[in-house]
Amino acid sequence: MNSLLRHKGWTWGFRTTILLYFVVLIVLPILGVYYNSFSLGFRSFFESVTDPIAWKSVLLTLKLAIIATLINVFAGTMIAWVLIRYKFPGKSILNSLVDLPFALPTAVGGLMILLLLGPGSFIGKAAEALGFEIVFHQPAIVIAMIFVTFPFVIRAVQPLLEELDPSEEEAAYTMGAKGSRVFRKVILPSMLPGMISGGMLAFSRALAEFGAVVLVAGNIPGRTLVSSVFIFGEVESDNPVGAAAVSVILLTLSFLILWLINMVQMRGRRS
Amino acid sequence: MRRLWIALTYLVFFLLIIAPLSKMTTGAFSNGFDGFWNALTRPEALHALMMTGLVVIVVTLLNTLFGIMMALYLVRATWIGRRLKGLLNSIVDLPYAVSPVIGGLMIVLLLGPDSPLGVLFEEIGVKIVYAFPGMVIATLFVTFPLMVREVMPVLQEIGSQQEEAASTLGAYGWTTFWKVTWPSIRWAVMYGVILTVARSLGEFGAVLVVSGNIMNKTQTATTLVYQDVENFNVAAAGGVALVLAAFSVGLLLLMEWTKRRKGVH
Repeated sequence: MNSLLRHKGWTWGFRTTILLYFVVLIVLPILGVYYNSFSLGFRSFFESVTDPIAWKSVLLTLKLAIIATLINVFAGTMIAWVLIRYKFPGKSILNSLVDLPFALPTAVGGLMILLLLGPGSFIGKAAEALGFEIVFHQPAIVIAMIFVTFPFVIRAVQPLLEELDPSEEEAAYTMGAKGSRVFRKVILPSMLPGMISGGMLAFSRALAEFGAVVLVAGNIPGRTLVSSVFIFGEVESDNPVGAAAVSVILLTLSFLILWLINMVQMRGRRS
Repeated sequence: MRRLWIALTYLVFFLLIIAPLSKMTTGAFSNGFDGFWNALTRPEALHALMMTGLVVIVVTLLNTLFGIMMALYLVRATWIGRRLKGLLNSIVDLPYAVSPVIGGLMIVLLLGPDSPLGVLFEEIGVKIVYAFPGMVIATLFVTFPLMVREVMPVLQEIGSQQEEAASTLGAYGWTTFWKVTWPSIRWAVMYGVILTVARSLGEFGAVLVVSGNIMNKTQTATTLVYQDVENFNVAAAGGVALVLAAFSVGLLLLMEWTKRRKGVH
């Protein structure tokens, strides 16, 4: 048995299988999208992209994702701070709840927001009476994005705050610095890498989000149609080339962000 | 000041997580328990839950196996050059950056009825897109990095000394893996399995594009929720969504427990 298992062919077969699996599953599909979007020539790619519905959806996605990310960076940093620094009843429960948006299926997340803020609900009616429109309009998309990307910043800032040496802060206080100054000069710089990398992860996730958004967005071109929903629509209406063209823009953007995050983390490790 | 921050934190959690969750729970029971039960025992709901279960099982098995191997190769293998390893290492993360819808689109473009590969498979008589294999492939694509990223840091941390010692003492590859490597990575693998199950249970975008969402055939639990909402049958959607959410919360608790075990080894 052992001599059979030790045969060289096994090792080779194994290595090739794993690498082939990897290439076929990950690399080939990605190359396929790029290939397909240019398959009818550059002109048709250009036409698909300059279609107003297409580029407006990309712009709208960028805008809403930036808003969601900014809110998340502020709220997330605050929550990370509270969860690490303060002791209060229910702290460990809140800490476990942070991960819930990751664990919940995104479609369920979207449904939850729809039920809470939708036209039939208490908040929905109240907002309608005040003249606000939430569901099927941009606020709902931002809320869905915030919900889905909620854990990123918290989970990126928490370990940094834990590592922060209390003696640094104490030294600053001993030397007579005020609370706000200590925060700006000592605490904020040590949280910043986490805020940036967590924020970028949240941003790229918000750009890509589909499940939660498709349920709460009205999908009106130019107003509430985000690019992932646009891509889905193109696939449904049997226009895979147009879908691929917008996908290529979104993908390239996401890859750039991923690369930037890697750079930030590498620099953080070196210093 | 301190009170204010804590109150604000509670407020965010309440608005963003607790209120929607409880609203959905009450919504699922808005027609009483019978309404909830009827929504769940519709034939299409049962079939959808079964499809989700099948996808989760197949994907988790494949991903665990290949994920562990990939992590081992990326950390230990000497037969891959350093440059190539770095490249492979960054490619592993790519599915994170890809929108699930685009992930599904990729599979349709590559293996769909219009592509050369799809035509080839069709001639053999295997249907991939708009059928079970396509859904598995799409979910595999989306969940691929999870296991690799859980196992790799542990492998890096424990170093290769013990393994080398074992093989110097004459242990073969398999023996070394089972006796030396496995005991130290098993909690990371466990954690990776939970993450993979959670992600494949909830996968929506990629599966929706690839499956075509055909009722009683390729519909999964998440795509059924979507269809119910589109049909303005929100109460029924809430029933299925509640079951999914219950699973997710269970997995989350399991995750917390594993995390504690993982820290201790």
